[in-house]
Order: sequence, then C-alpha cells, then structure tokens
Amino acid sequence: MMLLVAASAIAVTMALALARALAGPSVFDRVLAVNMFGTKTVLLLAVVSFIMERPDFVDLSLTYALINFIGVIAVLELSSARREQRKGNQPGQGLPK
Amino acid sequence: MTLVVEWLSNLMLLIGGFFVLTGGIGAIRMPELYSRMHASSLTDTMGSMMVLGGLAVKAGFTLVTLKLGIVAVFLLFTSPVSAYALGNAALVAGYRPLADKSESAHGAESKS
Amino acid sequence: MLILAAALTSTWLIWSGMIKPLLFVLGAVSVVLTIIMAVRMRLLRKSVFALALLPRMFGFWTSLLIDIIKSNIAVAKIVLSPRLPIAPTLLRLKTPTPGAIGQATLANSITLSPGTITIDSHRGELLVHCVDQQSADELRAGNHGERVNRAVAGR
Repeated sequence: MMLLVAASAIAVTMALALARALAGPSVFDRVLAVNMFGTKTVLLLAVVSFIMERPDFVDLSLTYALINFIGVIAVLELSSARREQRKGNQPGQGLPK
Repeated sequence: MTLVVEWLSNLMLLIGGFFVLTGGIGAIRMPELYSRMHASSLTDTMGSMMVLGGLAVKAGFTLVTLKLGIVAVFLLFTSPVSAYALGNAALVAGYRPLADKSESAHGAESKS
Repeated sequence: MLILAAALTSTWLIWSGMIKPLLFVLGAVSVVLTIIMAVRMRLLRKSVFALALLPRMFGFWTSLLIDIIKSNIAVAKIVLSPRLPIAPTLLRLKTPTPGAIGQATLANSITLSPGTITIDSHRGELLVHCVDQQSADELRAGNHGERVNRAVAGR
C-alpha cells in the first residue's frame, strides 16, 4: 500500500521534472531536470521491483543510475566544449588556448 | 516484531515520498537555476535514502538489500559530483547567481 | 591491482548470482578489460590510497548523515512555505584541508547537505551557493572543514 503511495509520489515528481525540462529557460535547467528525472527513475524502478515482486528490477535501477551519471557529465562536457569552439571561431579572436 | 518492521518501512517510504514530492514542487517553484539545484539535491539525498532504506527494511537481510545499499551509496556519491559539474558549467557559462548582496558578503567572507 | 580485481570479481558474482562456464568467462574477460583500462588511465595508485582512508570515514559519515537530515528538513520548510523565503548568498570558504582528496570530500559533503552547493573549487577556496542566510551562517560557524580534516588526515 505504502509502496503505491511512494511510487505515485515519485511519478508525480517525474512529471514535474519533465515540466521543468520543457519549460527550463537555459540548457542547464534542462540538464538539471533530466538529472532529477533519472534519479527518480532509479527510485521508481526500485519501488516497482517491490510492487511486482521481481528482484531483478533492482539491477536495472543500478544500471540506470550508472547511465544517468555518465549521461549528465557527457552532456555538460559537450555543451562546454561547444561553447569553447564557438568562442574560438569568432572573428578577431585567436585560437583558444 | 514483523509488524514493527512493516511500520518502520512504511514510515520511511512515506517520508521518502514526501521529500521527493517536495523536491519536485521546489524544482517548479524556485525562481532560478541555482535555487532549483537546492531543491533537486533535496530529492537526491533524503528522498533516495529514505525510499531505498524503506525498501531495504522491507526486504530484510537478503541479496536485494545489499544491492539496494550499493545503489544508495552510488547515488550519494555521484549526485554531488554531477551537481558540482552542473553548477560549475553554469558558472563558467556566465550564469550569475541571483544574489545581489553577494558582493558585500563576499568581501566580508573572504577573510574568514 | 589485486584489490581491484577482487572487488570487481565479487561484484560480478553478486550480480550474476549463477556460475555457468559462459557467464564466468564473460565476467573474467570484463574484469581483465577493466583492469587494463584502469592501468592505462594510471588510476590505480590514487584509488588504492583513497581506499585506505575508508575505515576512518565512517565516523565522519554518520555525523554527515545527521547534518543531511537536519538541513533537509530546513530546505523542505523553505520550499513548502507559501512565500518562498529564499535569500541566495554566495560564500567563499577557505579549506583547511590540504590535498585533493580532502578538498573533494569537503566540497562533496557541502553539496550533499541541501541548502548549500559548491559551485567552484579553486586553489583551496570553495565558492558555495547557499539558499538562505541561515544555512550560510551555519556553514560559516560550523566546523565542517576541521571534521573533514580529522577524517582524512587522521588528526
């Protein structure tokens, strides 16, 4: 019973995070929201594994935690690298050091 | 005994759900990026600890508990790293925090 | 290297749970691949050094846990109160801890307790964003740095 309550709270939070990801003014708001969404996915998978009584879902949640972390770091690296590149390509500026 | 365990896990799940929901509401309500990160860290720490802890109490001493513990430790180790990466990237990109009195506070703080 | 190999192998065994020849060979291959990559990234010395710190960290972690719970309740109050009383503050914090591990521990533990986020770390100084005046005051008054110092340096 309480599992269902926790699962629905997590699901509502995921919806809120998705709304923030759609509305977020900057790239970083969106990345933050996606990061939150990923963390909530991990929790939801863990709870769902208990609701459906399938312990192997916990493994999936760990996999998702790994992917989420790497994904967030990769997106941030990509955005900063792209900014560097754009800055370097501006006329009047030398090569980025 | 088993009733106590049941209620403990229910209580932890309830607290965890409450904190997760609070973090989600905060992510919508907060006015700017850095404040939103505070709300997000709310769900990352207390929410995940309480939800996973409640599930672990429910599971008892099994392999699943060990896995849940590893997931919780992993989340607790990586969430500050990604928060730092996010905050630092935003700072480098030139998003100034919404803190008008920061300059004065800054000067006062730098000697402490 | 042997520690890493043992840790990886036990992790594999916990997760797969069954010992069939094919699965076992796959696991051995992935363990060897991971160790080769770690050696190529020159990761091993530092990580073993960090592992040796582990027993001392538990006391620090329990006190950090209490801190996290307290500041969680404070931030939840802020979020749920209808006026949204936030007063974002930037704080420049000197770290008393030498060494990369101590600084990383300090910065991460500050980030981990809600209400304060480390957004820049630069030459022994941390730039911390606080959600309101109270958490900034607590951080300033608290002996966070000394506790990290005690946990990392053993003093």
